Amino acid sequence: MRSTADNLFKALSDPTRRAIFERLTRNGEQTVHALTERSGVSQPMVSKHLSALKRARLVRNRRHGRETHYQARPEALAPLVDWIGNYGAFWQDRLDRLAEVLERMDK
Amino acid sequence: MTQPDTSTRSLIIEKEFPHPPEKVWRALTESSLMEQWLMKNDFQPVTGHSFTLRREPMPNWNGVIDCQVLAVEPCRTLSYTWGTLGVETVVTFTLTPTDAGTHVRMEQSGFRPDQETNYKGAKYGWQKIIDGLERVVAGLE
Repeated sequence: MRSTADNLFKALSDPTRRAIFERLTRNGEQTVHALTERSGVSQPMVSKHLSALKRARLVRNRRHGRETHYQARPEALAPLVDWIGNYGAFWQDRLDRLAEVLERMDK
Repeated sequence: MTQPDTSTRSLIIEKEFPHPPEKVWRALTESSLMEQWLMKNDFQPVTGHSFTLRREPMPNWNGVIDCQVLAVEPCRTLSYTWGTLGVETVVTFTLTPTDAGTHVRMEQSGFRPDQETNYKGAKYGWQKIIDGLERVVAGLE
């Protein structure tokens, strides 16, 4: 689980990868070739980005003949929601401060 | 700390304070006291009142959280919306008197199904959340 979340954040930290993922989300399944044509980077780079996205489970692929087709898996963004759980640290900190405020009140 | 769920996700933090509920309530609802432990604000304990919580602005984030009071039950319940990063959550404080003082339960109920659909749909939500990651990290200090 931990490594999946790590891979997710890492995958999304790169603007080119985000653009590829966004394009797949918007336009549906596409081949590596089609993605390369519009990405402005070389095919090996696109393949490398797609591998990172795949590690994060943000995309799935299937082979058809000589082409590999990629498809977005937006549901893989779920760990982001759990990440919001980090708000826990925020509230713990704020409630500790609240305790201090209560100590200072009426003195 | 979090309870992943298919319908809603929420965060619950509970803490006991050695002070009576009346005093805790004041700290939760008086603007100047709220500023001392939460953030700068123009809060008023009036249902329907819209207010903002403000931090120092950061790159790409003005530091503003938009809120609206949903429920005010003196010394018992305080609830308001918490809107930031294009996602609206609800924060609810529930006070219960104890022998030692007051038990406070803070619940931040997160992504409603429609909002989750929104970000899964990748049309508006997720990009905002991703764009907001750094801002939130900065905000959490």
